[in-house]
Amino acid sequence: MLSINNLVAEVEGKTILKGLNLEVKPGEVHAIMGPNGAGKSTLGNVLAGRENYEKTDGTVTLDGKDIFELEPEERAAEGMFLAFQYPVEIPGVSNLEFLKASIDAISKYRGVEAPDSVSFMKKAREACKAVNLDQNFLKRGVNEGFSGGEKKRNEIMQMMLLEPKLCILDETDSGLDIDALQVVAKGVNELRSPDRAFVVVTHYQRLLDYIVPDYVHVLADGKIVKSGGKELALELEKKGYSWLEQEVA
Amino acid sequence: MSQAVDYIRESSELAQTLEAKTKTDWLADFRKQRLNAFAHSSFPTRKTEHFKYNNLSALTRQSFARLAEADSGDIKLPELAEQLDADRLVLVNGEYDSSLSKLEEQAITFYRDANADQKDFILEQLNKKNDKKNIFSLLNDSLTQDGILIEFNQAQTKPLHIIYVATESAQQKTTFANCLIRVAANCQATVVEHFATNKDATDNSLFNQSTQCVLNDNAHLNHYRLHLEEEHTIHFGELDFWLDAHSQLNSFHVGLGSQIKRLDINVYHQASGSHADLNGVYLSNAQQQIDYHTNVEHRVPHCTTQEIFRGIVGGSSKAVFNGRIHILQDAQKTLAELSNKNLLLSNKAEINTKPELEIYADDVQCAHGATVAKMDETSLFYLQSRGIPKSQAELMLSFGFINELIDGLKHQAVGDYLRPILANLFEQAA
Ligand SMILES: Nc1ncnc2c1ncn2[C@@H]1O[C@H](COP(=O)(O)OP(=O)(O)O)[C@@H](O)[C@H]1O
Ligand SMILES: [Mg+2]
Repeated sequence: MLSINNLVAEVEGKTILKGLNLEVKPGEVHAIMGPNGAGKSTLGNVLAGRENYEKTDGTVTLDGKDIFELEPEERAAEGMFLAFQYPVEIPGVSNLEFLKASIDAISKYRGVEAPDSVSFMKKAREACKAVNLDQNFLKRGVNEGFSGGEKKRNEIMQMMLLEPKLCILDETDSGLDIDALQVVAKGVNELRSPDRAFVVVTHYQRLLDYIVPDYVHVLADGKIVKSGGKELALELEKKGYSWLEQEVA
Repeated sequence: MSQAVDYIRESSELAQTLEAKTKTDWLADFRKQRLNAFAHSSFPTRKTEHFKYNNLSALTRQSFARLAEADSGDIKLPELAEQLDADRLVLVNGEYDSSLSKLEEQAITFYRDANADQKDFILEQLNKKNDKKNIFSLLNDSLTQDGILIEFNQAQTKPLHIIYVATESAQQKTTFANCLIRVAANCQATVVEHFATNKDATDNSLFNQSTQCVLNDNAHLNHYRLHLEEEHTIHFGELDFWLDAHSQLNSFHVGLGSQIKRLDINVYHQASGSHADLNGVYLSNAQQQIDYHTNVEHRVPHCTTQEIFRGIVGGSSKAVFNGRIHILQDAQKTLAELSNKNLLLSNKAEINTKPELEIYADDVQCAHGATVAKMDETSLFYLQSRGIPKSQAELMLSFGFINELIDGLKHQAVGDYLRPILANLFEQAA
């Protein structure tokens, strides 16, 4: 589904990703762990197409399509979803209006009929409920005045509504208490299916108790320096990252 | 090229012609004094501080020396007239139209019919106006042959929707109007001043309007001023609020750019305990101009002001926001806040924002902030990452920027009326 080959990318003239390889197949869950500043968020931003995050070498394809040929909104319509590490507050634009615009635009791109208002409202309410957000949040400005945990749950709510095929979660677990963490994990687990894949960026192994990954990768200094099964996460939790950096050096 | 029009001379002559057939002798001295000041003023140039950013060439390119007249043609009122459960006062080209008006609860009095007490009140109020810097205000005073006095004397009444419609026949002419609103002690009132054009014009029309509002002790006024005329309009508007003890003003403004649109808003805290909320949004595009000059004067202790204006400036248009807060020496314990944020949609658009704080008291809290920004890239990316095309995302963000203020309106019907108009404006601009 997602195929990253020797990806080199820079932000404001500084090379952050330095030849990254990753192969994600449908149905798989990949966890990416790594120290602060390793380039995890940069990877998410490059994949989603954020301005000023420039690919300088390598290839990335989503189901065979070169993503760099696509605008950010086209990547989303092709089924890519990035749950932001820091979701953005947009006062004056209601959550509901935002979600409707999103679904309508994606439907249009795919050439399918957008859901009518009634069935859209129904789905939106269900998604709210699934992540334990009060319905009032739909009427409020996008993330406006939401607590950290509410913002993260709102990301998962959007994901549930848009039903993407590739979900990239950037530290969706950080700053969450254990209840919220379980809500997020439950949302992800409900979406797990043979034709959907997840890339879960996290700092802590505890999320992986709830979202059990098929693969764990360590990203350090812009590269995947080690890959393994879920047991690698436990090892990292115990030993930290420095031993790996030494091993690589 | 034809000769430039001498605006001051032509307007002075017009005032004299009208004086000859006056029905309000008792205002003659006032008018004479103002006309004298007007006639001795010089037409503003780029060097005139008070009009520094206004391009007034539209006033000297052609003559507006004739007065617009009542028009009984086919007039379509704005939809808000249907949506708002309100009494309605309609002025067509500045003339009261009894068939379009619907005054069930609220009485109005023309200056020409005022009784002795009302005359005293009108004169007292008019004489309080002292804006010598503004020639358009002086001219309006000089032409105050008549006017409308609206007195709110009940605890609470239906909103009053005042609609100023300009028709095609107002083109190349001037409309003068003025009105005086008084909310009596302990009374509550809602007034929507709504400026509209009946049809799209092909030539400019000039409107010079003045509204005075007096809020007596503990009175509440919800006030809206909607400038939704089409773009051939030239408007000079003056709006004064006089606040007595513990009165509360909530005034909200919407201004769409046009040839020239200049609003001067003054709030005078003249007795302790009064509060003013003064908010607004302005939007300009193409070659339009829009200018809000606000001036809040704290003359006495223990009064508060909250002021928020937001502007969206696109095309090659030009917007001005000048927010003055003046705290006099006696006005201790004043709390005054002013925020002006602007969104620039193009590199050719121009915004001049200038907060002016003049503080002569020492125990006050006063804050102001003005910003000019382009579209926020992070917000844009967030919307795009959810499948929303960039152009649409930009529309949503622009609209959101002002919708925040619209959402806060006390009268939902007004917000519901404004939203599609403003949203449509953005779509056209895109
Ligand atoms: N917008 C940006 N401007 C400048 N530097 C950036 C920007 N985004 C990321 N970086 C830099 O890229 C490096 C990797 O950051 P990031 O991808 O956020 O790391 P991680 O998510 O792994 O903690 C850091 O050195 C960071 O300072
Ligand atoms: Mg990060």
